[in-house]
Amino acid sequence: MNKLHHWAGAAAFALTLPLTVHAQTTKTEVIHWWTSGGESAAAKTLADAYRAAGGVWVDTAISLGEQARSVAINRIVGGNPPTAAQFNTSKQFQDLVEQGMLNSVDEVAVRDGWDNFLPESVISVVKVKGHYYAAPVNIHMPAWIWTSKAAFKKAGISAEPQTMDELFAALDKLKAVGLVPLAHGGQSWQDSLVFTAVLSNMGGRDLYLKVFRDRDAKAIQSDAFRQVLLTFKRLQSYVDKGSPGRNWNDATAMLITGKAGVQFMGDWAKGEFALAKQEAGRDYGCIAGFGPNAPYIIQGDVIVFPKTSNPEQIKAQKLLTSVITAPATQVAFSIKKGSIPIRTDVDASKMDMCAQKGLAIMKDKSRQIGNGEMYLTPDQNGAMSDVLTAYWNRNTPVEKVQKDIVSALRN
Amino acid sequence: MRFFRTQLARVRLAPWVALLPMLLTVLVGYLGTTLWSLRMSVSSARTFPSYDFVGMAQYVRLFENERWILSLHNLAVYGTLFIVACMVLGFLLAVFIDQKVRGEGLLRTIFLYPYAMSFVATGLVWQWVLNPSDGIQQTMRQLGWTGFTFEWIIDQDMVIYTVVIATVWQASGLVMAMMLAALRGIDDDIWKATRIDGIPAWRVYLSIVLPMLGSTVVTVFVLLATGVVKVFDSVVAMTQGGPGIASDVPAKFIMDHLFGRANLALASAGSMVLLLMVIVVLVPLVLIQKRGRAAKEAG
Repeated sequence: MNKLHHWAGAAAFALTLPLTVHAQTTKTEVIHWWTSGGESAAAKTLADAYRAAGGVWVDTAISLGEQARSVAINRIVGGNPPTAAQFNTSKQFQDLVEQGMLNSVDEVAVRDGWDNFLPESVISVVKVKGHYYAAPVNIHMPAWIWTSKAAFKKAGISAEPQTMDELFAALDKLKAVGLVPLAHGGQSWQDSLVFTAVLSNMGGRDLYLKVFRDRDAKAIQSDAFRQVLLTFKRLQSYVDKGSPGRNWNDATAMLITGKAGVQFMGDWAKGEFALAKQEAGRDYGCIAGFGPNAPYIIQGDVIVFPKTSNPEQIKAQKLLTSVITAPATQVAFSIKKGSIPIRTDVDASKMDMCAQKGLAIMKDKSRQIGNGEMYLTPDQNGAMSDVLTAYWNRNTPVEKVQKDIVSALRN
Repeated sequence: MRFFRTQLARVRLAPWVALLPMLLTVLVGYLGTTLWSLRMSVSSARTFPSYDFVGMAQYVRLFENERWILSLHNLAVYGTLFIVACMVLGFLLAVFIDQKVRGEGLLRTIFLYPYAMSFVATGLVWQWVLNPSDGIQQTMRQLGWTGFTFEWIIDQDMVIYTVVIATVWQASGLVMAMMLAALRGIDDDIWKATRIDGIPAWRVYLSIVLPMLGSTVVTVFVLLATGVVKVFDSVVAMTQGGPGIASDVPAKFIMDHLFGRANLALASAGSMVLLLMVIVVLVPLVLIQKRGRAAKEAG
């Protein structure tokens, strides 16, 4: 009894000295923005797996990615970094790497042979000058085309569109019966997302990479790219008047209630369908792209590990890296998140139809392609999205838009 | 002698000690960060500060940017309409309440209330009200006016006016409160004198009372003008700068580039331009007000 008191006293004493505690435990503070219902359930699977592996997960969830990232960056710069922080699979953390503010995770990456199973576009972002600086968590595909079975039935459309022309035919039929053909949230990121989908489906891998990766002015001025822009603009005529400013999940709800027929959105939309107890194949359809060669656009989340020389913390960072990338954690996380695993050597039987479709496509490396953020700096990406959203909302000559995109990507 | 000297020193020191926190805040918090922003605006900083020198390159880029130009244009349109509407409406409300109407306390509270609420919340309500598919337009149509159309918030050319409407609703109550306080300060004898002379009340307000409120008008103007320059929350809450970039304002441009787009240098250049505009517009006004006050004291 006395001993217990003694320990309690010591513990209380230790708590008043946070610095001492910090140095003696392996608390792993993770900053992330997985805060919505499905997201936090997904984050919990990571935390649980990490705890099961013997780690101490301390959750710092901050809503909104931008907010969470700026907190992480400020704390890293301010000398009080978290153990780990979420970023998107993109150039968002490139400056951190260049400033030498991140620990590499080479040990785990080499041991587990990341080069063998990670998609090329993910490697191109997490591997800088031969060193790995981020643990990929999942893969989202931002340009899925979702269809409402109820709306399609009402419009008398029997089969899902297989080409861009069939898509427009379907949209016309939906319009004819008085439904909203295209459920769209008029926010600039959603406008860009529709554009990305059109570019990958019409331009294919070549044009896509020439524009986003090479920022090739000639390709942007080409006739093929002009057609992409015109098709993008043509889609705008199928949205309803309430579209500007609408949130993406409100647009998805229009599909769920059968008020609208089609939506371009990332696979996180599955969470909304799931909440409404709808099932892929029965209530809604998912199209990854038109044709057997349509590119599969890859984006997603990674965890980066701010520089520290504390051996306990480094140990924690390595453990977290192994846990995150392990096949079992990967599947459990993606089921909740609506994404797909970063590796194809997993047991996908528990995943839904759309995720299985995605995983099957992922096995063909020639179809993998990164989203714009992987090739462009946040600044270029933002400038591009300004041009696109202005074009979507305003009648501008397409030649001017081409010129604007060239200059947006020049800097 | 020595006792006297220390006593003197203490007397002089005391106000400075009291002022020290404020002084430090001004020097470090305002002046220091302004200088730092100026330094950043001539560098090539991205996520992190960098101390190289690229001359005016960021400013050139800024003024080549269509979105920035549009946001400046919006600021001019918004600022003019907002200030004029707030002043006129606020003054009329104050005059109205000054008529010793019944339930003055209640009315004052009602008019001032919008100002007490955060625009992040009320802006969202405004967005709903103005949204054509579930706001005023839909309501009017359901009531029978099927041809009723009010879709400014989704109209490229009209959207900025919706921001004016919503923010005038919010701020004119404050203008009313300040004007009312000034009106109550007008000597009753003036009213008696004009009544004897048989001058109509509107004429008294316009030709006699309003000129007497000069310094209050300037104060209100300065207050509203600073609100215009930093307008941000109302746009974000109502339109997010859209549709497209149609209702963008400089503060939103700066915030976007500072955080989301990791372009510290361009954002700093933008904020320096804003600061310059504030100085150009407000400093002469403050000087005028000061001179007026000095003249009053001398006279």
